Amino acid sequence: MDIKVNVREAPGECYVVDLSGEIDVYTSPKVKDAIGALIDRGVYHLVINLEKVRYIDSTGLGVLIGGLKRVREHGGSVNLVCTNPQIKKIFDITGLVKIFGIFESEDAAMKALV
Amino acid sequence: MNPAVEEALPEVVELRIPSRPEWVALARLAAATVANRVHFSIEEIEDVKLAIAEACTAVIQHEPHSEFVQLTCEALGDGLRIRVRDSGRQGVYSADVQRMNLDEARIAGLGIFLIRTLMDEVSYDVHPQHGTDLLMVKRLGPRSD
Repeated sequence: MDIKVNVREAPGECYVVDLSGEIDVYTSPKVKDAIGALIDRGVYHLVINLEKVRYIDSTGLGVLIGGLKRVREHGGSVNLVCTNPQIKKIFDITGLVKIFGIFESEDAAMKALV
Repeated sequence: MNPAVEEALPEVVELRIPSRPEWVALARLAAATVANRVHFSIEEIEDVKLAIAEACTAVIQHEPHSEFVQLTCEALGDGLRIRVRDSGRQGVYSADVQRMNLDEARIAGLGIFLIRTLMDEVSYDVHPQHGTDLLMVKRLGPRSD
């Protein structure tokens, strides 16, 4: 079980966070730290790429919700890239599709920021 | 083994993990293996994995007195019955909520919400001396193939 986190700068003062692996109660602190560090640096527009995430549970959802709340306090936004039907299903049944922008491609997620 | 004897044997898998985050993946793996034996679809197996993980996570996060999480997975003729027990004292699904602010409570409530949504039957009892006893059943869905 593992999670890999890669942060990269993208055009337009936004950052992309690539996540790969499984996000659960053991690995979610690493994701929280990465997102929190960006926000602490004043980055308020994020694309979080979940294309290589095989599994996410409520602790992972909680980390994403927490990040979204923090950036919104600064007028920012978080868009997600999600193509895995099982991951998308979890956002659907929890109603989180209504608070996150969820896109099929990174390009679409980037264009929809702000 | 004699097929008739094999048929009559209940298929029950028990697993006790330490009540710590690094062991939840093992619980998911065990659940997936048993669910596969019951011939759930891939999507249903993912549902079972998530429900078990949420149950374990709830113990780890909200029951500091529990040293372990005990899982019992029983293959039924038409599905899977899963029991999740801990050795805590305060009750996993309600104890902390009153101390949380609204946002924390909403996030904490996602776990039990997911369990209730993904499984067909869910019930739990809280025993002051023996912790929380969660029972979940997932039935086989209709097959299209």
